[in-house]
Amino acid sequence: SPAMALRFEVLARHNRARASRLTLPHFECETPLFMPVGTQGTIKGLAGDQLEDLGCQIILGNTYHLALRPGAELLEKMGGLHQFMNWPRALLTDSGGFQMVSLLHLADITEEGVTFQSPVDGKPMLLTPEESIQIQNKIGADIIMALDDVVKTTTEGPRVEEAMHRTLRWIDRCIAAHSRPKEQNLFGIVQGGLDPRLRDLCIKGLVERNLPGYAIGGLAGGEEKDAFWRVVAQCTAGLPEDKPRYVMGVGYPLDIVVCSALGADMYDCVYPTRTGRFGTALVPEGLLKLKHAAMAKDYRPLDSSCSCMVCSRYTRAYLHTIVTKEAMGCQLISYHNVAYMMQLSRNLHKSILEGRFPEFVQTFLKKQFPSGDVPEWVQSAMEVAGIDISMCCYPYPQGIKKQMTTTGL
Amino acid sequence: MEFVVRAWSAQARLGSLHLGATGPQLETPCLLLLTRKGLPAFIPPDLFHKLHPDALALQVSPLHFLDSPPPEVVAEVGGLHKMLCLPEHGLVAVGRDSIMDEADGEGTTKLGASFKTSFGRRIVGPVKYMEVINACKPNLWASLPDEVPAWVSEKRNRMSVGRTLQWLDHCLSLSTDMGCLGVVVGGSSVEQRTHSAQQTATRNVAGFSLGGFGLGEAAEDRGPLLEAVTASLPMEKPRHVSGLGMPEEVLQAVAAGVDLFDSTYPHMLTMGGYAMTFPATMEDILGGFANKNLAVEEWSKSDSDSAKICLRSVSFRLDESPLVDGCKCYTCRKHSRAYIHHLLNTHEMLAQTLLDIHNMYHYLGFFQAIREAIRANDFPVFHNQFISHRRQSTLLLSSQ
Ligand SMILES: [Zn+2]
Ligand SMILES: [Zn+2]
Repeated sequence: SPAMALRFEVLARHNRARASRLTLPHFECETPLFMPVGTQGTIKGLAGDQLEDLGCQIILGNTYHLALRPGAELLEKMGGLHQFMNWPRALLTDSGGFQMVSLLHLADITEEGVTFQSPVDGKPMLLTPEESIQIQNKIGADIIMALDDVVKTTTEGPRVEEAMHRTLRWIDRCIAAHSRPKEQNLFGIVQGGLDPRLRDLCIKGLVERNLPGYAIGGLAGGEEKDAFWRVVAQCTAGLPEDKPRYVMGVGYPLDIVVCSALGADMYDCVYPTRTGRFGTALVPEGLLKLKHAAMAKDYRPLDSSCSCMVCSRYTRAYLHTIVTKEAMGCQLISYHNVAYMMQLSRNLHKSILEGRFPEFVQTFLKKQFPSGDVPEWVQSAMEVAGIDISMCCYPYPQGIKKQMTTTGL
Repeated sequence: MEFVVRAWSAQARLGSLHLGATGPQLETPCLLLLTRKGLPAFIPPDLFHKLHPDALALQVSPLHFLDSPPPEVVAEVGGLHKMLCLPEHGLVAVGRDSIMDEADGEGTTKLGASFKTSFGRRIVGPVKYMEVINACKPNLWASLPDEVPAWVSEKRNRMSVGRTLQWLDHCLSLSTDMGCLGVVVGGSSVEQRTHSAQQTATRNVAGFSLGGFGLGEAAEDRGPLLEAVTASLPMEKPRHVSGLGMPEEVLQAVAAGVDLFDSTYPHMLTMGGYAMTFPATMEDILGGFANKNLAVEEWSKSDSDSAKICLRSVSFRLDESPLVDGCKCYTCRKHSRAYIHHLLNTHEMLAQTLLDIHNMYHYLGFFQAIREAIRANDFPVFHNQFISHRRQSTLLLSSQ
């Protein structure tokens, strides 16, 4: 079997949900875990010591941005991204493909790779699976991602099937190109859009390659929530028990709780830091918009249940006066939001470990939906996850309830 | 507040300033760190608390608490120490928003001083000013001045002196707390400066704030002006100066017997992508500057000089060394010039945080060296060495 640079041990389960220990070259992580996105070698506005204090285990770097600035050769010369940004814990890099397709209008995917116009000089460039892996080998993250053929989640028809097959053909080129399998873990990405048959084919193909871990790609792109959770549920059910499962681009607290209940382990999203920059704090009740006039005389902390540096020091009234105006406003709200996501990760891990995962989910949902209006997709997902959340929802008319149980997946 | 002068070196003095029961004990000459709405602009509180043992006192601007937050909100929370969660730090309120605003004397009327703020021009009179001060409850506060630049007419200058005294009396009458630094003005007139100082000294103030500096006066006129003021002030009270923040300016004011400084210099360097590199220990300054900092060819290539390096320069792209070799600040212990160059290049906010940490640390170290030089009764030599080194390196640089 191919070399692996990780160890994955499931410590406890509740139905599909699992609490695990993921030992990577640079850090021993506890899952479920959230990975803040540090696009260009920094999480916006937060220093390395702060990220360690907050309990960040893995930080995500974007290969596309890093390859542009400071460049893969420079990073290699400086001893890799770990040393360049002086981050002692784990790193993950994406393949760069998704960023190109989503950021550059002129990206075009052929069998050879992703062609795009260079943002530096406008010349046509080509990112092949081999090149993506070579760049990621230079950056040196603990986990690297295969280049996949990304299509919009909303795409339908033969293009979705083509992308899935190409993703499978490319994974072999990625594996062949990977020069540091003893130090870096190559994860494959399950594609196949919203089509269960294609997803199944892709899972089967990837599992045959016996990779160190698997990601569920092509989601969080504007698809219906009901379709989203069904794909996650199908993939987590089909992927091997003894390998980590990473749902790419997922970062809303509710989505993370649902995906974890369905058996996923890892998440990443720019949302907590991006929304922080715009003055919105994540709290157990949902979102707190600090710019709102009602905050001007609110002398409570952002979240009275949070013990982070920001919540233990400042009132909403003070933060109201600095968000979106002073650099410090953005730094403080981002700090709390990352703290919130890390606390959520720890709570998921601990509650599964301590056999009280359903209670955790129930408490979470009661806070988010105090009037009982838990969305139907969450209710359906929890039914598949085997978690009773009836006490969180106002009573449904009999007919709907029946229909839900008989439809199943 | 308690202030004791412990040692002299010529006119320069070493003091200790105790800012009340919960306030810190400051060794002077001392740097008050610049803030935006009470907090350092880029250094979050957890890193700020680890910044430097001398990072104990902050300059806050009452102008930041006129509207958002308004004084009633600050009062409701119980003052700035509580609002900012800095219970043991010294807060000194000075009516100048040093980053946003330079007093030009325009628009000021008998009703109040005119300030350019982020909300546009505002007229602030003694009543409004003291409402803010009383809400903020700083350890020390400077009275509301009518500051004018050096080039105004004699008549306008005289008016500024009279008005500043009048406002001082008004402020004192509205104050709920002691700890007032009476502002001394008088522009570039030694006579008016002396008069302003003598009159202010007759009021019930805890100390003095020398205003109207850094507003266009020539550097060579400044020494005599500063000395005229300090000569007219009682020795046992602390003296603060506003608007003099460059290393040479600080040394000039220390030489005249000034104790407290606020400075935009570290902030300005940070904003420009610069890191302070000038020798800042007494050893380096008195030791004639080891040649490690004299790589003149390097400076010109990278928009740097003997005082600072510009991290925006591509010459630092692959530079794995810290900003300053041997510097013990968080930034230098943790990160390379190459990383900071990359952060600037990609417009990442962490660049400002890391640069500001180093620049404040470096400048606080410079103030430490000043105090050591006074303690050793070596301040005039220290001062001369620093200035002549700066001159020498400027000449070297211009000859490149
Ligand atoms: Zn918090
Ligand atoms: Zn330093």
